[in-house]
Amino acid sequence: MKEITRRGLIGTGLTAAIGAAVGRSVFHIASQNGLIPPDHGGIFGAGETVTYAAQRVLAGDVSLAREFSRSDISTVIPVNGAPPETERYISLLDGHFRDWRLRVDGLVARPMSFSLADLKSYPAHTQITHQACEEGWSFIAEWTGVRLSHVLERVGIDPRARYVVFFSFDDFWESIDMADALHPQTFLAYAMNGPEMPLEHGAPLRLRVARQLGYKSVKYLGRMTVTDSLAGFGKGLGGINAEYGYSWWAGI
Amino acid sequence: MSRHGLVVRVTHWINAIGALALIVSGVAILLAHPRLYWGETGAVGTPSLIDLPIPFVFGHSGWGRYLHFLSAWICVGAGLLYVPLQFSRHAMFRSYTGVQRLTYVLVVFVLGPIVLLSGLAFSPMLASAVPALVSLFGGQQSARTIHFFGAAAVVGFLIVHIVMVATAGFTDRMRSMIVGDHRSPAEDT
Repeated sequence: MKEITRRGLIGTGLTAAIGAAVGRSVFHIASQNGLIPPDHGGIFGAGETVTYAAQRVLAGDVSLAREFSRSDISTVIPVNGAPPETERYISLLDGHFRDWRLRVDGLVARPMSFSLADLKSYPAHTQITHQACEEGWSFIAEWTGVRLSHVLERVGIDPRARYVVFFSFDDFWESIDMADALHPQTFLAYAMNGPEMPLEHGAPLRLRVARQLGYKSVKYLGRMTVTDSLAGFGKGLGGINAEYGYSWWAGI
Repeated sequence: MSRHGLVVRVTHWINAIGALALIVSGVAILLAHPRLYWGETGAVGTPSLIDLPIPFVFGHSGWGRYLHFLSAWICVGAGLLYVPLQFSRHAMFRSYTGVQRLTYVLVVFVLGPIVLLSGLAFSPMLASAVPALVSLFGGQQSARTIHFFGAAAVVGFLIVHIVMVATAGFTDRMRSMIVGDHRSPAEDT
């Protein structure tokens, strides 16, 4: 049995203190570099943080999701959930979304509201990509819309901006980091496999995040806000899915 | 003379817990959609390769997904310590039969990497970073199917492994993997 000495105790104490300080600094630096997800707490938090950081470092901000040809488009595209049943949404639907607006606010120079006609007047982006559900099923579809980066450019994002939070007409909400928000394949889609966005797939406008699972691609968009922290939204976990127990980062 | 070094013993049991967590969470994820496909895509309404005979669907796989990736990191970390140490010990390996040696090599260097890589191949982020990984398995749904059969083979290996430990003298084998020495309790007294 080793003897406990004063020197040994001081040494152990110092090592622990230095270790804790180094740990805090590493966490702070990783957080500043967008490597810590909002759901980093709890028993699964460490694994989630390593997954998010590893995928961010490995894939970077620039990797592009594979794009397919028209012949690859799936004939069966399952639908998850029904359209919102709120009075506001139903009246917008009855008016063919003429009165619908996408409100953009938060850490932006010029908070703005966009009509569907406004969004359609901007350079259109079309992609045929794969979307998978976390349950395991998947499909390939063709989406058309406007790049999120284009809309963010119009409102002028603040240098402090770190996340964009999206709200739907059925109280669904999600967020993505700026790396995904500014990614060339992240866009606001107003059409799928044709000239319009089918009602059950998120009319009039849905988000598309090509490098994450389907539950990040919020349907029935009504508002988005730019922020430097997710702490003020719900339980601070970054989305309603994370509050239901599904990881905020859905890159795997 | 100890049969297993401390690092081997510790990482063996970390891997044992990690493997159990991977199996439990893997089943939980599978129960959300117990159908397997071949190719790039697949969903209810498209032809499946196999409909697993499970009479129910367990929709909430959030915790399963969290646990699966956490335990995968733990197994990869502990495995990177365990494998070089265990496989460099010729003395231990020599006590195995040819079939046992071949099985261990196949599981660690062929089956393990197939399960790991096929799992990573249906990550949308990694598919964008390394598209060749998806092509290697013939599409994201094929990768999911290969991941399932690879994992089933690992479960088969683990069952045989536990049965063989039990038949080769359970107490002595467990003792050597827990405390490290090689004596049987009978010699000890």
